[in-house]
Amino acid sequence: MDQLIKKCENLAFDLNFTRAKQWKSEADGRVLVGYMPIYFPREIVHSMNGLAVGILGGGDKKQIIRGDAYYQSYICNMPRGIIELVLDGHFDGFEGFLFPSICDVIRNLSGMFRVLGKGTFVKYMDFPQNFQNHIGGEFYKTEMMEIVEHISKINGLEFSPERLNDSIRVYNKNRVLTNTVYGLRKAAPWKITAADMYAIIRAGYVIPVEEHNAILEEVIRLLNEAEGEPMDKIRVLVIGAFCEQPPLALIRTIEQAGCYIVEDDFLLGSKWIQGEVDEGTDDPIGAIVDAYLHRSTFSSTVYDVDDPKEFRMLKLYEESEADGVIFAAPSFCDPALLDHPILQSACDNNDIRYISFLFSENTGQFKVIKEQAGTFSDSIKLWDGEMAGI
Amino acid sequence: MSSNVSKEKSMVIQKEMIANHFKALSTAKESGKKVVYTFVPGNISELILAFDMLPVYPEINALQSGMRKKSDGFIQDAEQIGHSEDVCTYVKCDIGMLLNGNIGPTGEKIPPPDLLLLSYTGCFTFMKWFENLKRLYPGVPVAMLHTPYQEDGQIKPEMTQYMVKQLKEEVIPKMEQVSGVKYDEEKLKGILRNSSKVEDAILRIFSTTKNTPSPIDAYFAGVYYIGPINSGFRGTPEAVNYYEELYSEIMERVRLGLGPITPEGEMEKERFRLVVEGPPNWTNFREFWKLFYDFGAVIVASSYTKVGGVYDLGFRVDPEKPLDSLADYCMNCYTNLNLEQRIDLLEQCIVDYKADGFLVNSIKSCNSFSAGQLMIMKELERRLEIPVGLIESDLVDPRYFSYSNIKNRLESFFQMLDQRKTILSH
Ligand code: SF4
Ligand code: SF4
Repeated sequence: MDQLIKKCENLAFDLNFTRAKQWKSEADGRVLVGYMPIYFPREIVHSMNGLAVGILGGGDKKQIIRGDAYYQSYICNMPRGIIELVLDGHFDGFEGFLFPSICDVIRNLSGMFRVLGKGTFVKYMDFPQNFQNHIGGEFYKTEMMEIVEHISKINGLEFSPERLNDSIRVYNKNRVLTNTVYGLRKAAPWKITAADMYAIIRAGYVIPVEEHNAILEEVIRLLNEAEGEPMDKIRVLVIGAFCEQPPLALIRTIEQAGCYIVEDDFLLGSKWIQGEVDEGTDDPIGAIVDAYLHRSTFSSTVYDVDDPKEFRMLKLYEESEADGVIFAAPSFCDPALLDHPILQSACDNNDIRYISFLFSENTGQFKVIKEQAGTFSDSIKLWDGEMAGI
Repeated sequence: MSSNVSKEKSMVIQKEMIANHFKALSTAKESGKKVVYTFVPGNISELILAFDMLPVYPEINALQSGMRKKSDGFIQDAEQIGHSEDVCTYVKCDIGMLLNGNIGPTGEKIPPPDLLLLSYTGCFTFMKWFENLKRLYPGVPVAMLHTPYQEDGQIKPEMTQYMVKQLKEEVIPKMEQVSGVKYDEEKLKGILRNSSKVEDAILRIFSTTKNTPSPIDAYFAGVYYIGPINSGFRGTPEAVNYYEELYSEIMERVRLGLGPITPEGEMEKERFRLVVEGPPNWTNFREFWKLFYDFGAVIVASSYTKVGGVYDLGFRVDPEKPLDSLADYCMNCYTNLNLEQRIDLLEQCIVDYKADGFLVNSIKSCNSFSAGQLMIMKELERRLEIPVGLIESDLVDPRYFSYSNIKNRLESFFQMLDQRKTILSH
């Protein structure tokens, strides 16, 4: 297992995207498309002989030198890391860049890529905020078809529903395997650390899905064999880090401080679609649309109309048998932070204990967070002990 | 008639319009009028008026709270209930105002909404704002109108269709339900005829700054000029009247060769002409304006005055295609333009209005404006070789207004402009 984790960690944090570039060079007509957080239907790119590569910022692995000249101090770290990467040529060889609509920072970053003239195409992908198939769904279809046209212009490949169905199949498999890994971890979090699992899932952002499926199958086999010793830790949900990613050391710190992270929104795109996408229809684009409109997870970036996010969070809390919630959001992240009062008041109303703190992807100091998480864990253990004693 | 007297006339008209609107709001319950909360960019107030409802704009309330020195307390109250220091202060100011009884700028109570119209144009925070308000006003229906972004610099037919479908199937039915009034397209067309006249007049007014000296300041005074269209008067006869009056007053100043009127008096000598990007600071608005006045700097064009609609590029509502027009209007607001379009528009302003320099007022609160501004500066500097400058403040959080910092930065910026003028004149 250790070897597999190391391999995944190397892949996941390889800011040169070596494996993706190598994949491209192995055959003609292959196209690399970078996509920003959170979710993007990668099947579309896959069916056009492309690889959709997740771009999650520079994290704590890239020193920001030029990026700061592009962003004021009160804008989150994520885009400055991405600008640093693009200016330093890390995305050379990528033909396209996709910017899913999650916030104004990412939206305007798409414009910056345009001004810098990066890639053959830059597309800001406007996900619908209307969830009716004939309104938002129709619009979403045209957005996806634009991407198909962009790739088609590069490699000359025509869109094929059969190929898209095949791609949906392989991504459905990835969804099932990913959920299995999350499920195993939830059932026995002592078998693998949250940080190690994070690296395994994140590796899937930057390599061909078929290879990731093979890794996940192996991980599942090993997890089923593993035993491990449960430790006296509380079970927590971590919410708010869906875009700018917490450094690996921060995930480790939370767990070392006495908390098992049993549910999180770190790599939310990998579990965005709840369940599977219909894979044998005459209209596979329609199937992807339908899954997005009706089977998406909750997120700060999606208008929650008739399905309020606080109830969905409470459901998740219950299903995960959690003892508390940690709200961890990137500094200056409007979408995450403006949800906190809503979600925290739901916690208050349901006697759920929580703490919150801000982070940035290149934070290097975790002392305060460690103390906070440690005290949180201790207080819950103590409280539950007292309750048991009554 | 002296220019001062005629200036007062348009101000008096505007003051009366706004006062009447807040009076109507404060008596909405008695008069049975329904109240719709919505946002300034992409504000489809014509549709609200077609249902005889009254619009409320939380951003306008927030900026008024800033000007009345109330925002500080409101923001702190919102932070007390869990809002982060890091987020848009308009949202916190509005929520704080609600926590304190929702007393509006005229001292009258603003009634709670009967409908939240989430016209989601050019800013994601709008969505978060109303998600929060929805919880504070449980049971109030929300109508979402998602405006696609002009990501590749154009409005494609499917974008308009998407919006029109939302108007027909989401917004209008909710408005009918709330108001009890049937949708009347002829009535809407009539209102839009006025909007089209107003849009024309606004462009004429802001084009007067092509004169030297400029007869108006297109940023500090400009925010007053856009007040009526951004607070519920798009498409009203009062707005047509106000803008025609304002235009004739300004033309009189042009005829007399006068500079802008400021709170410190008339600007006697125009030393610098600037184009400014970004919203102003409201908590220290007068002080802020005076800094520019003291340096003899006039703003000849600003992006902020285009936040509720861009008319420079030829867009006008077409009353014969009312819903398509409303959709296109929303998509044409400044913050819904992509970064390249914003740069092109600013470039055009700098050239057309013969500006000496370009200045960004970067607002801590507002990612919609701020993210990308440094690149806008670099790009304009590269294209036009003009001096560019940056100052930072916030909309309504006084903690982020530092007079001395802004003054220092402006001093260096104006020195740079001076030097360049000297070089160019040799
Ligand atoms: S961290 Fe938040 S504010 Fe920053 S780009 Fe991501 S979603 Fe936007
Ligand atoms: S982020 Fe900017 S545009 Fe959006 S609500 Fe706040 S001030 Fe307005």
